[in-house]
Amino acid sequence: MQSTIGATYDEMYDADGTIRPAYARFHDWYEGQDRDWLKKQDAEAERFFRRTGITFNVYGDDAGEERLIPFDMIPRIITANEWRKLSRGIEQRVRALNAFLKDLYHRQEIVRAGRLPVNLLRHNDAFLPQMIGLTPPGGVYTHIVGIDLVRTGPDEFMVLEDNARTPSGVSYMLENRETMMAMFPELFSRVSVRPVQDYPHSLARSLSACAPEGAGVNTDGRPVVAVLTPGIYNSAYFEHAFLADQMGAELVEGSDLRVVDGRVAMRTTRGYEPIDVIYRRVDDDYLDPLTFNPESVLGVPGIMDIYRAGRITIANAPGTGIADDKAIYSFMPEIVEFYTGEKPILQNVPTWRCSEADSLKYVLDNLKDLVVKEVHGSGGYGMLIGPTASRKEIAAFEKKLRAKPENYIAQPTLSLSTVPIFTKAGLAPRHVDLRPFVLVSPNGIEITPGGLTRVALKKGSLVVNSSQGGGTKDSWVLED
Amino acid sequence: MLGRSANGIYWMSRYLERAENAARLLDVGFRMALTRSVHAREEEWRSVLVTIGQDLAYRERHSDYSGNQVANFILRDKDNPASVLRMVENARTSARAVRTSITREVWEATNESWMILRDLLARPVRDGSMGEILAAVRRQATLVRGAMEGSMLRNEVFNFARIGTFIERADNTARILDVKYYVLLPSVAWVGSSLDNVQWETVLRSVAGDRAYRWLNAGYLDPRGIAEFLILDRRFPRSLTFCYEKIRSNMTGLALQYGGEVEAHGLLRHAGARLHQTTIEAIFEQGLHEFISEFIVGNVRIGDAISADYRFIE
Repeated sequence: MQSTIGATYDEMYDADGTIRPAYARFHDWYEGQDRDWLKKQDAEAERFFRRTGITFNVYGDDAGEERLIPFDMIPRIITANEWRKLSRGIEQRVRALNAFLKDLYHRQEIVRAGRLPVNLLRHNDAFLPQMIGLTPPGGVYTHIVGIDLVRTGPDEFMVLEDNARTPSGVSYMLENRETMMAMFPELFSRVSVRPVQDYPHSLARSLSACAPEGAGVNTDGRPVVAVLTPGIYNSAYFEHAFLADQMGAELVEGSDLRVVDGRVAMRTTRGYEPIDVIYRRVDDDYLDPLTFNPESVLGVPGIMDIYRAGRITIANAPGTGIADDKAIYSFMPEIVEFYTGEKPILQNVPTWRCSEADSLKYVLDNLKDLVVKEVHGSGGYGMLIGPTASRKEIAAFEKKLRAKPENYIAQPTLSLSTVPIFTKAGLAPRHVDLRPFVLVSPNGIEITPGGLTRVALKKGSLVVNSSQGGGTKDSWVLED
Repeated sequence: MLGRSANGIYWMSRYLERAENAARLLDVGFRMALTRSVHAREEEWRSVLVTIGQDLAYRERHSDYSGNQVANFILRDKDNPASVLRMVENARTSARAVRTSITREVWEATNESWMILRDLLARPVRDGSMGEILAAVRRQATLVRGAMEGSMLRNEVFNFARIGTFIERADNTARILDVKYYVLLPSVAWVGSSLDNVQWETVLRSVAGDRAYRWLNAGYLDPRGIAEFLILDRRFPRSLTFCYEKIRSNMTGLALQYGGEVEAHGLLRHAGARLHQTTIEAIFEQGLHEFISEFIVGNVRIGDAISADYRFIE
């Protein structure tokens, strides 16, 4: 394995500065627009986001302060052909993730077959013993999945991370498209882009299809779906409200719910009414103070008992975090092969497990070229990006790494592809990733064309996380 | 709908109504200040604070009553948990918590109101910009009400919003009467002097009723007529009778949707009958002050019953 891969691939321009075919039509349109007008639209977009309250809360410094995720108006474009291959790979991966979870919480064939070290489960907080032997309604574990992809070349898409717990960002995918269509309607008559607006409807249908048996008897056969949010101060509250609104579902908090007559029920103005499916945006640990963290006030006391009795669907199922654990990640190629019997269509980013002596030695020798991540971290926190870190930072990180090598994995510093952003001085390339959103139900797997493109707004930066100054773009999959 | 959502929409409406009423009282205060002696001015500012229940909190921080100081305290003081800015912020927080129950128009109007007033009230307000800011508070509250009127389904959500608006408005009109009732009482000194006229007009202006009253009475001011107008006139949108008529129809809406009445319906029927069956003569005979005090207590009780009967909180 090499510690850096290739030169930067720009998705709009090739090495000679010629427009790539995917962007040809967009570029024609763009060249025909007045720059000052575009600048005005850019400012207008920000006002629109503020007024509609599309904000997220930042923890830490200015607690409670709501921020905007910067929106860049240059779309990220994927051709129909590229998407066909990507979606096949995503589908395969998501199928494997679900089969893997089912196996882990039942017979653990993959461990028996010697393809996965049992230690990865034994000392892993993401593995929930409470889920052993429990089969969720419909047999689905990860109802909503986000697969983070990065691109390093014309045909090289790799999976950087799987999000099998509660992937967020889908509301930005939808609002970005709304904003683009409102700002540049004529653009969409020139370029045929596959729609994404069906997502909330698909989500509602997909969740309903996973309802427990006997659901909806009192509601015309339509299962009662609710979105469980930690509340208005949660960083993704906007998204929780947005999705509930779009699905026509109730947006509930833990304090609205309790167990009544063996069902999970919400306190309405007419009394307690039972719920069939909970799309929860609350972490496992807070879900049930009787089973998990006893201090939690965000969850519902006793909900796990109802779950065990098969009378409520929790999406995603508790314990799915084990599938997107970074230590597990390095085994994903084996996992895909084990459960699907096929070679993985999408590649992993090469990964060194620091728990293994040879790998640790290599990582320690090459820290300045590698990205080192905490196995349980997320949101871009607690990681080292070798090439941009100071000597002091590297030294400090080395200490942590030596003390607990099993807590870390390392990857080469990928040269993520770039897509231009709109700046006052014109187009300027910035690194991007892509998070497609996937829905799973007994009826099948549904992938919304495109997803959320996150973009590092700082020149040269590889960190696209919104909590660290990243922005987003509308993501287009072209029609055939 | 969720009990928590009913609570949110009810209080969102109350907070906006309260902010608007406070702005109107300040407006009247400044008008009075132009026409009166220093002593009378101080008394006027104190009565504004008493009306909205903030006199004690104000006196903890200040020893004298100057218009600008009182206005800034009521509008934006960080230590005043019931400042206009805080009310608008509360309304917006409530709206955010019930976003799935309100339309995009209502949410945007509320959110924008908060953004505008937050900017306008970011620094202490000088007398020169006071008028503009007070007008902005009234305008934004009107905008939100208009958005509700024009975009919301006429269902339980709308009912709870309207009930909140009118419980708060009735409370406000009653409190103004409670503080100013003596102005309207017949007294030996009463000769219909110009000072009396100014006082009566203040009461009317505090509820934006001066023009309507004059139009109805050909410009003739009379204290008993003013009391009757504020308490019993069913055409005037800030009279107690009007507010209770609105609360009644929205409570009826709830009873129809839920297939039955709750305890609050009984309390409301009783209070409604009191207003319906009385005359201004009977009120003055009983004592204007007693009548108003009783009304305020009854109004609070109805609000509490609604919140308990419809499970606003656990």
